[in-house]
Amino acid sequence: MGEVVRRYGPWLSALIVGLVGFWIVVLVVLPQLMMVDFSFRPMLPPAELGGPQDVYTLRNYETLWANTIHRSIFFQTIWASALVTACTLAVCYPIAYFMAQVADRKTLPLLVLLLIIPFWINELLRTFAWYVVLAFNGPLNWLLLSLGLIDAPERWLGTPGAVILGMVYVYILFMVFPIYNAMESLDRNQVEAARDLGASWTRIHRRVVIPHAKPGIAVGCIMTFMLAAGSYAVPSILGGPNSRWFTEIIYNWFFEGGNWNQGAAYAFILLILCVGFILLMMRLFKVGLTDVAK
Amino acid sequence: MTADRFRTTLVGAYLALFFIYLFLPLVVMGVATFNTSRFPTVTPWMGFTTQWFAALFADGQLWRALWTSLAIGAGVVALAVPIGLSAALLLWRLHSRARTLVYAVMVSPLLTPGVIIGISTLVFWDRWIGVGGGLVLTVLAQSSFIAAYAMLLFMARLQRFDPAQEEAALDLGASHFQVFRRITLPYLMPAVLSAAFIAFLQSFENYNTTIFVRGLETPLTVYIASKVRTGLTPAINALSLILIAVTVAGAVVYEIMRRREARRAAAAAG
Repeated sequence: MGEVVRRYGPWLSALIVGLVGFWIVVLVVLPQLMMVDFSFRPMLPPAELGGPQDVYTLRNYETLWANTIHRSIFFQTIWASALVTACTLAVCYPIAYFMAQVADRKTLPLLVLLLIIPFWINELLRTFAWYVVLAFNGPLNWLLLSLGLIDAPERWLGTPGAVILGMVYVYILFMVFPIYNAMESLDRNQVEAARDLGASWTRIHRRVVIPHAKPGIAVGCIMTFMLAAGSYAVPSILGGPNSRWFTEIIYNWFFEGGNWNQGAAYAFILLILCVGFILLMMRLFKVGLTDVAK
Repeated sequence: MTADRFRTTLVGAYLALFFIYLFLPLVVMGVATFNTSRFPTVTPWMGFTTQWFAALFADGQLWRALWTSLAIGAGVVALAVPIGLSAALLLWRLHSRARTLVYAVMVSPLLTPGVIIGISTLVFWDRWIGVGGGLVLTVLAQSSFIAAYAMLLFMARLQRFDPAQEEAALDLGASHFQVFRRITLPYLMPAVLSAAFIAFLQSFENYNTTIFVRGLETPLTVYIASKVRTGLTPAINALSLILIAVTVAGAVVYEIMRRREARRAAAAAG
């Protein structure tokens, strides 16, 4: 701190510290704390705020347990997000391996460019692209019908499958790049040596490649799970009444049910879920926070 | 040998499938823009048209939504970039054990689901401060995590900064303000530009956070999502196509600038 003042003087330093303080305290920490505080209070009309009714209670959290529909949607969201994470990992691992270990120097920039282009495109628009593909009169049904795989068009939109497919598509790049970055630093000779010494394909991956790529895999899984569990765009566009997401329930508490306290409690549960997943992955893969936030 | 060739073919096929998966939906969406069909699709093909672009440009709501998004984006750039710059400068000079904690708090919004950032901002500002959802709240909510992106960009640039330059300027009698204005800021200028670009883009395409804090405002993403649910026509495809074209063009310029900068840095180091 003294160092900053010495360089930039009292006025600029005050500005610097003020901006950072405003960010950390007013934009990040206080809102989170207040959301948690709010979630432990009952919903009251303005006149009764601060009155005898305004006490801490667990009631908003009990609702989730008591409401079987919300509870099952909560567990479905966890399960589906885990499935999205696993599918994304399965799809991305070979691509990342190919880019980091097999591709030659000439094709690599092209591959990276091809991967980056969709990354720049809005999540909402990429989801919308699948809406067009999966529509009842859309190209997927047309293709399957002409191939004779189905007899009548299927309703894909509104199914859990559509939501999961859309999420894998939308979050793929959050998985590819961390794994690719981790694998890139693995000396190609190590894989070569393992192969020369007679290790099988699976063994090379299990004993050489995966241990090296661990931090990347952890980061990819954390990002994908968090984005999936917290997604609102994908389920609201590709989903339907049978594939509701926990975020949609939270949204309804705020803007249809009008019970913000209840919504804040659900939001805090979602946050705990995500933090829990991050800690689990960091423990499982033995990586630190600095590896995660790159 | 045959096993190797088999493997190469397999890998090639997988790569091809992967990139088809990545691009085909976007191509389908784009092509559907030019179909006469009232619902965006490519099957059946009912004839080539550009009428949906005309329909798009005639849509007054869309233009309002675009202005709303641009205003929010400008606000986020104006707030998040200075915050990110300050945070990077402060963190860079912080060597104590507090650094790890401060850093963790600063990057935590990047690991928080967007909906939760929106909710916590709404609850805090609406119920404790008395500022309801709207343009201001949207800028504040988005800035709270976009500032972290900006900070990471500035920190990356600061890693190669030689602090002796600032010291030399101070020794030679420059004022603190001059040091910042003439030494620090010019060095960080490329990062300022890229942070502004990233901040604007992040703001422009944000949906998950925005829906909670927007109040009665309708930014472009909210408009698109509501159109998809009610009253979808290929005009939305036309809009998507334009946005994708603009984004990709911006991304290419950004990449070129970034690579030129990296080459210059490498040349300076070597």
